[in-house]
Amino acid sequence: MSARGVAGPALALALVFARAAASAPPAPEPPRFGFGRPATAAEIRAWDIDVRPDGEGLPPGRGTVAQGATVYAAKCAACHGASGRNGPFGALVGREPRAGFPFGRDPSLARTVGNYWPYATTLYDYVNRAMPWMQPGSLEPDEVYALVAYLLFLNQIVPEDTALDAATLPRIVMPARDRFVRDNRRGGPEIR
Amino acid sequence: MARLTRRALLKRTAGGAAAILGPAAFAQEPAPRPEVPPDPTKIQGRGWQPLGERSPFERPQRRPWSTEGGVSTSPLQDLEGIIVPADLHFERHHAGVPAIDPERYRLLVHGMVERPTIFTLAELKRFPRRSRTCFIECSGNGIRGYRDIAKELTPQAVDGLTSTSEWAGVPLAVIFREVGVKAGATWFLAEGMDAAVMTRSIPVEKAWDDAMIAYAQNGEALRPEQGYPARLLLPGWEGNAQVKWIRRIELSDQPFMTREETARYSDPLPDCTARMFSFEMDAKSIITFPAHPVTLPARGFWEITGLAWSGRGRITRVEVSTDGGAKWEPAALEEPVLPKSHTRFRFPWRWSGGEALLMSRATDETGYVQPTLAQLRAVRGLGTQYHYNNVRAWRVEPDGRVFFGLPAS
Repeated sequence: MSARGVAGPALALALVFARAAASAPPAPEPPRFGFGRPATAAEIRAWDIDVRPDGEGLPPGRGTVAQGATVYAAKCAACHGASGRNGPFGALVGREPRAGFPFGRDPSLARTVGNYWPYATTLYDYVNRAMPWMQPGSLEPDEVYALVAYLLFLNQIVPEDTALDAATLPRIVMPARDRFVRDNRRGGPEIR
Repeated sequence: MARLTRRALLKRTAGGAAAILGPAAFAQEPAPRPEVPPDPTKIQGRGWQPLGERSPFERPQRRPWSTEGGVSTSPLQDLEGIIVPADLHFERHHAGVPAIDPERYRLLVHGMVERPTIFTLAELKRFPRRSRTCFIECSGNGIRGYRDIAKELTPQAVDGLTSTSEWAGVPLAVIFREVGVKAGATWFLAEGMDAAVMTRSIPVEKAWDDAMIAYAQNGEALRPEQGYPARLLLPGWEGNAQVKWIRRIELSDQPFMTREETARYSDPLPDCTARMFSFEMDAKSIITFPAHPVTLPARGFWEITGLAWSGRGRITRVEVSTDGGAKWEPAALEEPVLPKSHTRFRFPWRWSGGEALLMSRATDETGYVQPTLAQLRAVRGLGTQYHYNNVRAWRVEPDGRVFFGLPAS
């Protein structure tokens, strides 16, 4: 009797704890785990190659249209054609159609640096990180500035005596810049 | 592996820029029928093997998408349920599939953060794991159902650039709390370690919502084509933004305007603008049976089945029409019906032997209804790129042959 009197509350208590253990949420995750290690400035510099439209990320260096023509003939023309228009790979040059930006209406129009790309800094960023196709990431900053200058000249966006560097490149306004708009689809019944 | 030389490259693409392949590229070559014993109960079968393989009678295959080598399609017509076998997940890579040693893999997170940090793969795997079943779809998927439409297309040719997997990894929010994202950081750059050093700008809100760094797929490590050893996963968003082989994340107060979010993956519209950062994949569906090149051998009962999905949440309804859209009836949705995942639908059909035009139409939890081709062309224009989610149709001819088609209206 007395044994049962003791066991009863103990059992009840055990059941309460068991139920609490079964229904309690898992312990909250700590805000920080302490994994990973601090990145050094040198490690960040080695990988941080991106260039923003405001010019952030552009390295020291300088290149002219004439220098770009030389680099282009040696490293780009095989794929993109001597004129930048008729190579086996994407056309880089072409301002037509100059009026209206009718790409949404006409699937036959080729989209080029001159008629479609909204930012000149993108050209530096992309050529630097991914070109030439067979030696990606091999160009020196002077070569990239020169190629950008040459391609913008071929697209009749800068004059032939242009030299580009970290100060002048972000100031170039591309013909298509104001054509780009943010996504306005929001779900719901409207088709956009 | 053969080394890709410039000459080989030029030879491979002789005749001009990359072109989308026609229906012939999706035809299955006939193969000699495998030989098996006449009575398997009278001979001992083979023993165990370290890696399983498909029956020699089953030959599902990815198929190339274009003359460019970096795109292959998933054989939607050969799949059951919603999960794709990892070796049949579609591929899209812009500079080939890189070979990466997981011991040397590092993820750098820096920019507008309190603690710029480098993580090894082992450290990423120490964080609490999460799994997420969701689709990844290339936003160029479905262009063959939008213009230059050919009737000999298969489900794989029309919409094979989408696949659903069970992904596992660490929520990006956990990483962001670890490094301490600074107030004012609104975008982050995700960068891959392929030869394209692929980059996309992503709004930070997606990290707090459901983005992940995924290192596993369908129960094992990611396939190299899917980003081994780690990739960005952005449930419901266009595939290109889900940067594979991710090595660097930089927090910023503005987007970076990379090539892949300006010159590419932007959508020209008929009002002479181009829509950018069009991340979400709108609701879509496709019947995967019956579909070309199937021939129905007999009239009577056939189960129509297919896939529906939305990047904005759950599929709430799929309707099927067998008469070209005059009458729509609800299809059954097979569990599990998961948000931002392929959803399997089924519809019982009795073919009377005459011509039939089979269509499916998906609705998602936001109330968005998959548009017709005419509706989509009206708002996007014939020349637009990406996000081709209009209703698809299959024409059944009286002799039982099935062709890709579109309603007259």
